[in-house]
Amino acid sequence: MNVPDRTLLEMFETMTRIRLFEERVTLEYQRGDMPGFVHTYIGAEAVAAGICAHLSDDDLIASTHRGHGHSLAKGCSIAGMLAELYGRETGLCKGRGGSMHIADFEIGMLGANAIVGGSIGLATGGAFAQQVKGTSNVSVSFFGDGGAGQGILYESMNLASIWKLPVIYVCENNGWAESTPASYSQSVEDLSRRADGFGIPGHVVDGADVFAVHKAAGEAIGRARRGDGPSFIEAKIPRISAHYVGDTQKYRDEDDLAAAKQRDPLERFGSELTAAGLLDEAAVEAIRSAIVEELDRGVAAAKADPWPAADGVTDYVYSGAYGA
Amino acid sequence: MLQAVGEAMYQAMEADETVVVYGEDVVGGAGLGEPYEGAMGGTFGATRGLFHRFGRTRVRDTPISEAGLVGVAVGAAASGIRPVVDMMWSSFTPLAFDQIHNQAAKLRYMFGGQASVPLVLRMAIGAGLGAAGQHSDTLYSLYTHLPGIKVVVPTTPHDAKGLLLAAIADDDPVLFFEHMRLYNTRQEVPEEPYTVPLGSASVTRPGTDVTIVGVSYMAKLALEVAGALASDGIEAEVIDPRTLSPLDSETILTSVRKTGRLVVVDESPPRCSIAADLAAMVSEHAFDALAAPVRRVTSPHSPVPLSPPLENAYIPDAERIRAAVDTVLNR
Repeated sequence: MNVPDRTLLEMFETMTRIRLFEERVTLEYQRGDMPGFVHTYIGAEAVAAGICAHLSDDDLIASTHRGHGHSLAKGCSIAGMLAELYGRETGLCKGRGGSMHIADFEIGMLGANAIVGGSIGLATGGAFAQQVKGTSNVSVSFFGDGGAGQGILYESMNLASIWKLPVIYVCENNGWAESTPASYSQSVEDLSRRADGFGIPGHVVDGADVFAVHKAAGEAIGRARRGDGPSFIEAKIPRISAHYVGDTQKYRDEDDLAAAKQRDPLERFGSELTAAGLLDEAAVEAIRSAIVEELDRGVAAAKADPWPAADGVTDYVYSGAYGA
Repeated sequence: MLQAVGEAMYQAMEADETVVVYGEDVVGGAGLGEPYEGAMGGTFGATRGLFHRFGRTRVRDTPISEAGLVGVAVGAAASGIRPVVDMMWSSFTPLAFDQIHNQAAKLRYMFGGQASVPLVLRMAIGAGLGAAGQHSDTLYSLYTHLPGIKVVVPTTPHDAKGLLLAAIADDDPVLFFEHMRLYNTRQEVPEEPYTVPLGSASVTRPGTDVTIVGVSYMAKLALEVAGALASDGIEAEVIDPRTLSPLDSETILTSVRKTGRLVVVDESPPRCSIAADLAAMVSEHAFDALAAPVRRVTSPHSPVPLSPPLENAYIPDAERIRAAVDTVLNR
């Protein structure tokens, strides 16, 4: 354990924040007054927390339809996200995007993307811009095993490799693309092996182990900052939540779900920190209650916030006046 | 026109160090090593000289990866630089359609105005070289349909330079369509940088009897036909829209209100096309001014064929434009 205690506690706070946010959103969504689709990040918290712990606001990330965790870990506000989920003018994207399109460019969050491999080109381009501008910032693309089925990944990895772009491809492999298991739909068990074909170092980590994620990310991000090019991290994560809120998962074996729940990253990290003497029940409760209070305030405020005006439907299509 | 396009890129890169140019063969000879003797400078030569002046960081050859090139351009543009990507032929852009439609076009909107995506995709269009099905499409109509995208269709060297400089400076994604048969068009253009605003049509010939709107190469052909019509005593007003999105509909409507007759000439299949769009727009807003139904002169609903007689049948010609003018004039 050579990670500073403060970083460990911050990662635990981030993971707790994601978990409580997702549990609350699931509850609120089921009430029926939140528009659109919601995909939760429960079970993957260690990945976003372990990777974003290395990033500053000048570093970039791009995310997926399952993007609440990445957004929170990068620093998006709970209030701004909730208002966006409720489709309000006060949302981070002024109600134009919703759950699948949370973005906050001020802090380097280039957006959640409902095209499952959509983050890949964007993050690679973000890295290209850093190289052209001569910064030491890096760019991280989060996507799932499903997203790894899209060709943009392979075109982007080739470009990133030949140009040595400061990009990290993070594949969160939860074993399922909606109802289709990766064991059926992917030709190899470890998707990181495909990075080898592009001359990119690929690593498999236990995505439920925040220490392992944090370590692999530190190495990959350091390499990118030094100008040595891209890396690929495949984090094997348990799919504790369903594909979307409302998915009954009838296609899934009960043992598979039970096994996933056994690998809960938050419980594991909490136990580890408690065993190390960094955390006790009271401290966990203090962290949780502060977040719950923020969620209470956020939900209440979002529901009371104004809707976008209907005549704003064509706002933000273009940078200025469009004409006809 | 090719030289005008090249000059616009050169001057944009001089003025703004965040402008980068990349694409397949834009240096052309990246494998040769310095000083890149024999460099191709783009399929047609438009990017020749950029590499030597601006260097390897800002001018790059790429692998053949259309989706990757556009995806990278979107992410880069959203992160503060201005990529100008050579797509080679418009027929290749469907390989990058997701990146154009779901990413470039929508980021600003989906993210509530936070994202700016100032990129330009340049591409050659048009039939007439016997390049057949997968090198000859125009496709500008397809992209005009997409909110968030701007579509530029220059006809003259002067407009090509000014429109491309405007497109590169624009904060929205712009698709820039260069007709192959216009590349050799010659015209003196100012040496200094200048812009032609997007969304401003050009009345290339004033007239009172009939309005002819031609897109891209068809604007040039329409002008030639108008010259011939004049010797028959018919004064056609010819309009080159120059950009399809945004569209200067007012200039077209003003003309139709004056002439009462409209012929639209478009080297594209007719369904859901810019020709259909203009006909609908005029019918909706100037129906009372029309003395005859709008006529469209377009390609057939088919891919572009190879064989010269078939390709000639595909491309609208002077004879068909004249016939359409005769019809709307009830001659």
